[in-house]
Amino acid sequence: MDFAMIFFILVGALSVGAAVGVVTAKVAVHSALFLLTHFVTLAILYITLDAQFLGAAQVIVYAGGIVILILFVLMLVGSENLDTRAGYRSWVPYAGLGLGAVLVAALGFAMLQTPLNPPVLPANLGGIPPVVGVYLYSQGILLVELVAVLLLVALLGALLLARRNPQEQDEGRGR
Amino acid sequence: MVATNFYLILGAIIFAIGAVGVLSRRNALIIFMCVEMMLNSVNLTLIALSRQWNNLNGQMFVFVIMAVAAAEVAVGLAVLVSHFHHTKTANIDDINVLKW
Repeated sequence: MDFAMIFFILVGALSVGAAVGVVTAKVAVHSALFLLTHFVTLAILYITLDAQFLGAAQVIVYAGGIVILILFVLMLVGSENLDTRAGYRSWVPYAGLGLGAVLVAALGFAMLQTPLNPPVLPANLGGIPPVVGVYLYSQGILLVELVAVLLLVALLGALLLARRNPQEQDEGRGR
Repeated sequence: MVATNFYLILGAIIFAIGAVGVLSRRNALIIFMCVEMMLNSVNLTLIALSRQWNNLNGQMFVFVIMAVAAAEVAVGLAVLVSHFHHTKTANIDDINVLKW
């Protein structure tokens, strides 16, 4: 067993452990912090897969953006208001666990059908920013445009949805 | 180098943990986090196969998935906050206005 394999096992175990922590943590803020750990370990795994650009994007977009956004909303909503309260249907977590075990078994079986060895050709394209950037803006230019439109629409949609109704605000001020 | 199969199986395990979280937790925010985990496991699979076949299309898809995940979180959290203003709850058992 070489160093790369030991490193993969360590980081993968940390990643799975953090994922289990997200699902099982009692306090929602702890879940968000476990999620942060999970995203950082995945960024490390991306870099071991020669995807340096996506590793950096993972840290910036997920760890720096999405987790912070979720934490903001947790603070805004107040995590003490978010009880999990599954007591009256206590069989649900066990049904979920059973379905998850079936899912792992099926996916693992499907993925072990064809053993995929790492590529031997040394001329790996790599995922460094210049290579990915040139590829994105030549082969995938339509995709980049669509992503830009999607992000703009999502921005406007989030603004429209999260805005308080002006009349409601006036009433609140009058009270 | 680590064989691609190990990455695929790690992705499958993370996907299943996320699916279990979506099915069993009642807190809408934690369900969001689990959906993000599932999207990320697919990203891991795509990047592993992108290295396997020495093809950058996989990394391009991951780029798009990241953008979609960011948009989804922004809109989803806006819906959640907007709904929270009315009902003061984020328990998905109580968010059933559209239930027929």
